[in-house]
Amino acid sequence: MTKTITSDWIRKYGLVLVLVAMVVTLSFVSNSFFTSTNIINVLRQISMNGILALGMTFVIITGGIDLSVGSLVAVSGVVCGSIVFNHPNEILPAVAAAVFACGAFGLLNGFMVKQFGVPGFIATLASMTIARGFALVYSDGRPYVLTSDSFKVIGQGYLGFIPIPVCILVVVIIITAVILYQTKFGRYVYAVGGNPNASKASGVNVGLNLLAVYTLNGLLAGLAGVVLASRISSGQPAIGVSYEMDAIAAVVIGGASLLGGVGRISGTILGFLIIGVINNGLNLLNVSSYYQQIVKGVIIAGAVILDQASKKRS
Amino acid sequence: MDETILEMTDIQKIFPGVLALSGVDLAIKKGEVHALMGENGAGKSTLVKILMGLYRPDGGHIRFCGEEVSIDSPSIALRLGISMIHQELSPIPEMTVAENIFLGRESLLPWTPFIKKKEQKERTRELLAEFNLDLGAGVKMSSLSVAQMQMVEIIKAVSYESKLIIMDEPTSALADEEADNLFKTIRDLKRKNVAVIYISHRLEEVFEIADRATVLRDGRYIGTLDKDGITRDRLISMMVGRELSTIYPKQAVEMGPPVLEAKGFDRKGIFSGIGFVVHRGEILGIAGLIGSGRSEIMRALYGLDPLDSGELYLEGKKISIRSPRDAIRKGIVMVNEDRKGYGLVLCRSVRENIALQNLEHLTSIGLFIRRKNETKGCSSMVERLSVKAPSLAVAAESLSGGNQQKVVLAKSLMIRPRVLILDEPTRGIDIGAKAEIHRLMSEFASEGMAIIMISSELPEIMGMSDRILVIGEGRIRGEFLRDQASQEDILKCALAG
Repeated sequence: MTKTITSDWIRKYGLVLVLVAMVVTLSFVSNSFFTSTNIINVLRQISMNGILALGMTFVIITGGIDLSVGSLVAVSGVVCGSIVFNHPNEILPAVAAAVFACGAFGLLNGFMVKQFGVPGFIATLASMTIARGFALVYSDGRPYVLTSDSFKVIGQGYLGFIPIPVCILVVVIIITAVILYQTKFGRYVYAVGGNPNASKASGVNVGLNLLAVYTLNGLLAGLAGVVLASRISSGQPAIGVSYEMDAIAAVVIGGASLLGGVGRISGTILGFLIIGVINNGLNLLNVSSYYQQIVKGVIIAGAVILDQASKKRS
Repeated sequence: MDETILEMTDIQKIFPGVLALSGVDLAIKKGEVHALMGENGAGKSTLVKILMGLYRPDGGHIRFCGEEVSIDSPSIALRLGISMIHQELSPIPEMTVAENIFLGRESLLPWTPFIKKKEQKERTRELLAEFNLDLGAGVKMSSLSVAQMQMVEIIKAVSYESKLIIMDEPTSALADEEADNLFKTIRDLKRKNVAVIYISHRLEEVFEIADRATVLRDGRYIGTLDKDGITRDRLISMMVGRELSTIYPKQAVEMGPPVLEAKGFDRKGIFSGIGFVVHRGEILGIAGLIGSGRSEIMRALYGLDPLDSGELYLEGKKISIRSPRDAIRKGIVMVNEDRKGYGLVLCRSVRENIALQNLEHLTSIGLFIRRKNETKGCSSMVERLSVKAPSLAVAAESLSGGNQQKVVLAKSLMIRPRVLILDEPTRGIDIGAKAEIHRLMSEFASEGMAIIMISSELPEIMGMSDRILVIGEGRIRGEFLRDQASQEDILKCALAG
């Protein structure tokens, strides 16, 4: 009986163990890892991927995937960049325009999936290049250099000692958790991913829910894009390439099933924390950026294999 | 002794926290049809999975053809000559009959990865001819009926030169006529000295086909009966450990006014000119062969399938239903015949499954779920339908078939519907759960619900329905009152044409 309790525990908290092990190891190996400056730095770095991964969690629970979010980060950057560049004090309209532009792309993704039954992978593959092209056309391929101090606050400011991006991330975590766990829509997201036919037969409007999920993901990608643009003081059309991969990796490390129906916010949080710590650790250890990619891939694969193995043992 | 092909003795299997099998014996003779009986959860599936190498036993011995064997994987079982036809068939739909039969053991041109297609087709043709199956070897599986697919699976098993074939609920997807064909095949197998372990919940079939029967209950061996000893009462009392007075307890209810009326339902090529009425407190039985269009009519009524033309009246008022959502809002619910495909979200909890159809009534400002109401509603349904689940939080897939079906019913009945459509409500579930579902149907009818029940099982139709419609080739072939009809009449009516 003790054996099953231990394996239960590992299954539930295996990822926490992975994270703790990484943190402990890094604290020993590097003097600068476990310092308040660095911890805050890590949290700020993960906030963008965190926001993307939280949106991606919804999409993956419905059994879909969204490859377009990396490009949407760029769309968001150039849209708000162009407005802030010309009107340094029109922050709110700039942010709103960027977020809604990306929401529109998300709506388009959802529409292709809902109306024509295009698989999410294909629909968002198409809009990934469309959105990237849009960002380049819109900005004529040049970045908007942003000097507005009030805009910089979003990505570079602090609330007390906590960076604003981290505050935004926390708010997004709370909102997404409430949506997923407390609302009818959240339930439908799980049901649609677990079995679309049974959902339809139970009176769920499957298409409408898919539309909403992809739109929500677009909006969050827009928000992440704004945070990034502010952090680097620039709206760049070429940024965000392969950001979708880190977001997907975080969700999958967090235990969501690509088949749909399974996934949790808490898992995704662990997922992007793990990825953030890997990135930061490799930098501190001066691993060359070429090797970083290999090491990161191996660690991600290892984490998921470990998770799968602990699930299978039951 | 030499005629015993399989001997399993003192088999034990433990799952975390559950003793699934304990001290189970099973002996099979060459060329016999041996029924393995028991309620869901009795351990039949676990026992045959051990035999197929899918589970490892925690104790006991298996002797096959006189030799002690240890079966660690399905490929070992196949090599020994044991194969299984699963409850849910698993052909690959986009491959041909020949490709499916030879899947995983294709004959290749020597030293190449190329398949000897001609030889495979030739061999398949021989096998098909042997079983009088009028099919081309190059036909895609997806174009076959369920019955034909099943025949192909059986042929596949035979082509492995199996000495023992396990059939798990082989008739659950077949109409009576198709089942007769299956029995013919089983008799052919006997003649070829192949032994069959036959798992079924339908007692009639066991009387018809089995030479002996072994009964399990709660993971224990209860006993083995010879053909002369197999009687309905004996089997049932061994399986449930108590006497079941009646299986079909529909009480006479005074029929109320009409609730639902369909007129002129048409769907091109599927059904036409369908009209019927259901009354308060009535159970309307729908009989017909599989493929007759009976399920399609109800799916169209419910908004799951398209309908070309037709009018629908609910309590005298004309309504239109374009999706299940419309139907549910009007108080019409349907329990689909395909429990896993259309009934449950298997990976989610019992709570979420029961609530899914009823969330509109369980939310505040149409948005946030009221957990307390949800818990109260779900638990009271679980209690009323006596669903056996450790808690509301367990995944639906972890329950037995009978309890899964009760979860689907709980979902459909939570907001009391005016019209309940049941498509094969008791398919593939054990006799105890079946009796309970029948009792519930009767109860709800007497509370004034109008129930439409599609079933392939004539005794169920005869026992539960106040009125019976017989569907054949997309048309209504006949209508009978309960005490007017005999099983023969209905069957004749369904087959006529």
